[in-house]
Amino acid sequence: MSSSAVHSLWTTAAEGKLDKIPAPHIEYAQLAPTLIVLGAALIGVLVEAFVPRRSRYYVQVFLSVVALAAAFAAVVGLAAGGYGTTKAHIAAMGAIAVDGPALFLQGTILLASVVAVFTFAERRLDPEAHGNRVDSFAAQAASVPGSDSEQAAVKAGFTTTEVFPLALFAVSGMLVFPAANDLLTLFVALEVFSLPLYLLCALARRKRLMSQEAAVKYFLLGAFSSAFLLFGIALLYGYAGSVSYATIADVVSGSVQNVDPALAGTMGNDALLLIGGAMILMGLLFKVGAVPFHMWTPDVYQGAPTPVTGFMAAATKVAAFGALLRLLYVVLPGMSWDWRPVMWGVAIITMLGGAVVAITQTDIKRLLAYSSIAHAGFILAGVIATNADGISSVLFYLGAYSFVTIGAFAVVTLVRDAGGEATHLSKWAGLGRRSPLVAAVFAVFLLAFAGIPLTSGFSGKFAVFKAAAEGGAGALVVVGVISSAVAAFFYIRVIVLMFFSEPKADGPTVAVPSALTTAAIGVGVAVTLVLGVAPQYFLDLAHNASVFVR
Amino acid sequence: MDNLIALLIAAPLLGAAVLLCGGRKLDKAGHWLGTLLAGASFVIGAVLFVDMLGRSADHRTVTKHLFSWIPVEGFQADVGFQLDQLSMTFVLLITGVGTLIHIYSIGYMEHDENRRRFFGYLNLFLAAMLLLVLADNYLLLYVGWEGVGLASYLLIGFWQHKPSAATAAKKAFLVNRVGDMGLSIAIMVMFTTFGSFAFSTVLGETGGASSGRNTAIGLMLLLAACGKSAQVPLQSWLGDAMEGPTPVSALIHAATMVTAGVYLITRSGAIFNAVPDVQTVVVIVGTVTLLFGAIVGCAKDDIKKALAGSTMSQIGYMVLATGLGPIGYVFAIMHLVTHGFFKAGLFLGAGSVMHGMNDEVDMRRYGGLRKYMPVTFVTFGLGYLAIIGFPGLSGFFSKDKIIEAAFAKGGTEGWILGAVTLLGAAITAYYMTRVMVMTFFGEERWKHAKTPAPDQPGVEPAAQTHGAHDEPHPHESPKSMTIPMIVLAFGSVFAGGIFGIGDRFVKWLEPVTSFDHGNSPVAEWTVTAATIVCLLIGVGLAVAQYGRKPVPAVAPRGSLLTRAARRDLLQDDFNHVVLVRGGEHLTRSLVYLDHSLVDGVVNGTAASVGGLSGRLRKLQNGFARSYAVSMFGGAVVIIAATLLMRAV
Repeated sequence: MSSSAVHSLWTTAAEGKLDKIPAPHIEYAQLAPTLIVLGAALIGVLVEAFVPRRSRYYVQVFLSVVALAAAFAAVVGLAAGGYGTTKAHIAAMGAIAVDGPALFLQGTILLASVVAVFTFAERRLDPEAHGNRVDSFAAQAASVPGSDSEQAAVKAGFTTTEVFPLALFAVSGMLVFPAANDLLTLFVALEVFSLPLYLLCALARRKRLMSQEAAVKYFLLGAFSSAFLLFGIALLYGYAGSVSYATIADVVSGSVQNVDPALAGTMGNDALLLIGGAMILMGLLFKVGAVPFHMWTPDVYQGAPTPVTGFMAAATKVAAFGALLRLLYVVLPGMSWDWRPVMWGVAIITMLGGAVVAITQTDIKRLLAYSSIAHAGFILAGVIATNADGISSVLFYLGAYSFVTIGAFAVVTLVRDAGGEATHLSKWAGLGRRSPLVAAVFAVFLLAFAGIPLTSGFSGKFAVFKAAAEGGAGALVVVGVISSAVAAFFYIRVIVLMFFSEPKADGPTVAVPSALTTAAIGVGVAVTLVLGVAPQYFLDLAHNASVFVR
Repeated sequence: MDNLIALLIAAPLLGAAVLLCGGRKLDKAGHWLGTLLAGASFVIGAVLFVDMLGRSADHRTVTKHLFSWIPVEGFQADVGFQLDQLSMTFVLLITGVGTLIHIYSIGYMEHDENRRRFFGYLNLFLAAMLLLVLADNYLLLYVGWEGVGLASYLLIGFWQHKPSAATAAKKAFLVNRVGDMGLSIAIMVMFTTFGSFAFSTVLGETGGASSGRNTAIGLMLLLAACGKSAQVPLQSWLGDAMEGPTPVSALIHAATMVTAGVYLITRSGAIFNAVPDVQTVVVIVGTVTLLFGAIVGCAKDDIKKALAGSTMSQIGYMVLATGLGPIGYVFAIMHLVTHGFFKAGLFLGAGSVMHGMNDEVDMRRYGGLRKYMPVTFVTFGLGYLAIIGFPGLSGFFSKDKIIEAAFAKGGTEGWILGAVTLLGAAITAYYMTRVMVMTFFGEERWKHAKTPAPDQPGVEPAAQTHGAHDEPHPHESPKSMTIPMIVLAFGSVFAGGIFGIGDRFVKWLEPVTSFDHGNSPVAEWTVTAATIVCLLIGVGLAVAQYGRKPVPAVAPRGSLLTRAARRDLLQDDFNHVVLVRGGEHLTRSLVYLDHSLVDGVVNGTAASVGGLSGRLRKLQNGFARSYAVSMFGGAVVIIAATLLMRAV
């Protein structure tokens, strides 16, 4: 808001005309998914304060799962009520869009989050410490790694059950992110889901220093990218005189001029539009992990507790791509000639960069991180298609990818040695001989990543590339296929390593998980195969949900 | 009634599934189950036959659409059956002879611990062969075609612990692949030409296709027939296929499967009729094989290989007849059926002899067996008389007709073909008499002989179970073996007469294959007389050579032709030099190319990508400040690029 606007607000207040400000009209029912999760997160904080330590874990897990399930039910209810198609509109005074893409992505995020919460709650993998079951998170986040206080916390059986409300906060931000319909909401949502993620990254029980280092890096670079985003927002406001998507779009297309007289000097200045638009794009590209804004990804993915990595890799990517789609398709369609070439370049170096650097990785989590970068490139190819198929294919790809990712990271948590998870690839040699089932499941996920037919990866990649080709991005598809070929090498290499190498004598053991992780992996495999064998229903679903409300 | 057609195939298929999946528990009853289901299939076939006879000649064809396998727009793959007079003939032959050989095998395979598996394979063969002849489209026919190929492979290699059997099975499989490739290409060309696989479409619209297409289809079908029916140039596998148990040789490699090529050509008659050039090629193939097989048959001392040469030669007759067009189709099939009887009978007889002789196959170690194996002697003798065309027996009617048809081709061709077929008849008489004399007459050469070393090719390992390692004690085979031989002997004697007298078979098959008398330049009685003269010459020569003089226990060196014929007229040497060596050279050069060029490019690419990866990886140095610089650089580039885009 400009200073004159603030000034006029003050003068209005001084003149006693406050009662004439209309009360904001909030459609609570349509915002129910977000509100449920946010409410549960707040209750979770209260649980931390008032529920005895012994039962907190159970209460928190129950609360989280119920809240996420209820929110998913609300999403389904809204979609069934036609809010995804005919009744799609903009709620909360223009701040939140309730439309097909928003509901589809919110549903995806919620389902992925339920599965991720299962992996958060896993307490069977690590050996018991002092008779207490432990999960993947530090006993006491505030204690210095390796200090006496940490020992004491472990001995006392402390657990960081705050991870559940933190996850819920993050989810609530992610739910808003793809639905945000003005730039300020976008920014707030970004921070709401980013801050809890920074914290979650720092909470690993093992290799705590690495975990904290990852969190700090993530935070610093995240703040840096937020600054870009925020500055871009300011520039766009200067250009259009509004932060509302619809108004900016109108100004870009030239149908509206001169929204705010106070901004007459900057209104319609294309330099502001171009620079501001580019900076906002950068903020979002950072979140999806596109080259050259990707460098946090391997370090953070490696350092964060593996369940958090899975959650982040899946849900953040869904939310961020949702916001990116809305920005490009709702706000900036009028200038697609400006952003498409740039995005072409980004997509190409992202696909190639992710695939090429992954080849020389020796740590399974870093490998998956680079794989996620390459996948971000593939999804960008669909984003660039700028047609209805582009939207639906990206929606489908995100849904397919998130379950594969969570499943794959869940498998990573199972392979352990004395130092916790055995993430070095050399330790995975011969895993197929020792634990054929686990290795086979992981092989399914890797094949899905590689995009082999009969897995969801193939359906998704095919849809995205098809849309891109139809959208006139044939060259991009060629690069995409080449990168897929490069990427297939390192996925298959892991399979070869697992099944055709001699097991090492001091190799890792495969922990037997509880029903929670089993369920997470099972859901991952099921979704991977169903979307691979019979994708049509879900493609239709994505297709029906592919219209943005304006 | 048409539902029974599916049941016809289902019965042996069920048997195969049960026997092959059933496990050891079925060992005691497995052979009975297999025989019972084969018999059931025969009964169903007989019921359908009676039903068919009840209808007039024009309404005998029954079709049954079972389901659509691949129902896609523009690509309709159906599973449907067509039972007409031609398929009915085959059904009765396959199930009839098949059942008899099942019964025979109960005795023959008694001491084999894998008898259940053997019967499972036999049932599998029956099912596949019935599918082949009952399919109403080429794609389904192909399924059956591959099915019999598989069964043949499994049964030739049934004693796969013998390296020779395993090699023979592999050889048969590989050579057949060449033919199968022909069939698949033919089917593809059919689909692109007619848009369908169905007999009704393909054969009904032959006139609409260009002669180039028809020629291509015809030649490819001929290649397929050559593979399956062991015709030159794909004949080399049949002799080695005798490594299989003798009942298999009788059923698959004499009576039924090897005649599938004749069926294919006859069924596709419309295509061949449309392209006379291809028919000429068919005739040439048949003629060459006729002589080839006959000459090989004269030189072999292994009783089964001599019979195999004879099979090749007789199928040559049939192929020759199909190449004559409507003049010959009916007689090709007629000879096929009579041959099915007497050749199966001869093989079973040979098996019976081996059974009594400690699995000895070398005829030079036989002799004078008629006293010891009277039933085998009589049935084998009747089969012998039938195959050489002794007047009144089966072969007389069917082979005579083919020779007549060859003359009826007309012109110079007719004379040449007629002469060759007559020559073939003489050679047939010669080599069959040789077999007969060496086995059942003359000196008892097996006395004081030792059982051959087990590694000698052609020796069935069942010998070990007999426990006799010294002098053989020839004896008659059990009832389960002799009864099928007797039944087949009846067929050998009477089938020809039943078919031939009053042109019954011609009238029966004419609606399907059409029939043309042709214009024979020679009177019918002249041909018959000439045939009988040829026969007498052949028999006389053989008796003079083998009956009057003692047969040496070790084969003499022989003339150049004899030595070549012993080596199957150098077929394997030819294949080795031309195909194997050539293939090796080709492979070697391809491997070289692959190593140097393809691998060079691939490995080079991989190495450069790997190197790039290693270098890019160093950018990821772990310092947040470097990452921030990268982001900042990226931001600058993106903003600059965006502005530049607008400026341009």
